[in-house]
Amino acid sequence: MPLEYAPAHLESVLKRVCVRHAKGQVLQEQESIPRFSAHELELWRGDRCLFSNLAFAIGEGDCLHVTGPNGCGKTSLLRVLSGMSLAESGEVRWDGTRIERDRGTFNQAVFYVGHREGLKAHLSAVENLQFDLGIRRSYDQADIDAALERLAVTHCAKLPVRVLSAGQKRRVALARAVAARSRLWILDEPFTNLDVAGRDLISHLLDDHLSGGGLAVVAAHHDLPLRAGRRVPLEIS
Amino acid sequence: MENVGIFTAAARLVERDLKVIFRHVSEAFNPLVFFVVVATLFPLATSPDAALLRDMAPGVVWVAALLSSTLALDSLFKADMDDGTMEQLALSPQPLAWLLLAKIVTHWVVSGLPLVLIAPLVARGFFLPTEAILPMMAALALGTPTLSLIGAVGAALTAGVRRGGALLSLLVLPLSLPTMIFGARATDLAGLGEDPSGPLYLLAALLFLTLSLAPLAAAAAIRISLD
Repeated sequence: MPLEYAPAHLESVLKRVCVRHAKGQVLQEQESIPRFSAHELELWRGDRCLFSNLAFAIGEGDCLHVTGPNGCGKTSLLRVLSGMSLAESGEVRWDGTRIERDRGTFNQAVFYVGHREGLKAHLSAVENLQFDLGIRRSYDQADIDAALERLAVTHCAKLPVRVLSAGQKRRVALARAVAARSRLWILDEPFTNLDVAGRDLISHLLDDHLSGGGLAVVAAHHDLPLRAGRRVPLEIS
Repeated sequence: MENVGIFTAAARLVERDLKVIFRHVSEAFNPLVFFVVVATLFPLATSPDAALLRDMAPGVVWVAALLSSTLALDSLFKADMDDGTMEQLALSPQPLAWLLLAKIVTHWVVSGLPLVLIAPLVARGFFLPTEAILPMMAALALGTPTLSLIGAVGAALTAGVRRGGALLSLLVLPLSLPTMIFGARATDLAGLGEDPSGPLYLLAALLFLTLSLAPLAAAAAIRISLD
């Protein structure tokens, strides 16, 4: 494994993270470059330091579960990890490359679902998905139908998104992540506005995603019941 | 799983934006109505004297075009910013500047192109000589996309500001002055029976300058607004 491409301090970061989060896997982790990692992240909002020295490394089948009280900077962290915001210092790496160096490759691999669903209110769910998929990869209608069916929103797929309920919008937004088949999901409070069945559904989606070799970063107050993959907790205080 | 090229992606963005615009079509033609109304105000406020109106015509047409294009700018990125679709564009594998250029082109087709087409009607109302009509349309066809491109940079900078409308005008209007000056000058020269090609070439130069630089600046500004 080409460890020489990794920064000199990576080994120490890895060791620290592994010791803190996943005892017993230290040796295995150190042998390869982690798929998705952050190093020495520091973020300020105004004159307040949200976090500093934040580091993690996750690989296939791992789910980074970000927790912490309201206003602690979970959303800010997720925006930094998706490449939308810049941290004051530190770096985020995908396959060992800083994400801002090769935005195209990283953006092809990542799918972000934030507080705002990112759906056009005047278009239907199907039209929204057609566009979001259309600028990412070639697709056929079956992909979209399957994703909408998976999220149980087929019955309202043809309605303009503005008439849907908040929970239905959330489901459509998550259907997009399923249809996009991205490697890394970054989900900001995915359980908001969802009913019990909906929450169960999201957990199952995450299970499938992780067991298929996907990665996930999830900010959630709730417990994250995962039946597949490995949960890597990260608490911001 | 095959990646899509930038032209396909741009075409899909244009298609989506046109769909969104034509789902609430009443708002789409506000700039056009504004243009006609502003132009109509001048004869009412001054005098209906043909000679005076003929002299004023190029200036009035361009001031009205500038104001109506500024008015339309507010909606350019704001809606996408508010509903979060801009985040998705910024996180798509396509270059953001390219996608924004596609948005600007769509915006111009809906808010700028109708001005070019209706301007002859307004010009006739101002007794502009027939031989000046075509140069005026050419000047508008070159100038209004420039105004949209310059405006896009301002719109991108103010997209994250809650009430950025006034700020947007303050940013954009001074930068639009050269376009307005050369545009009005071309129409003026044509009205006097002289050769308008000088100002038209300058307008074309401005168009290509902004075409190459404005999308990059807008993309940088959008990234700042999203941060």
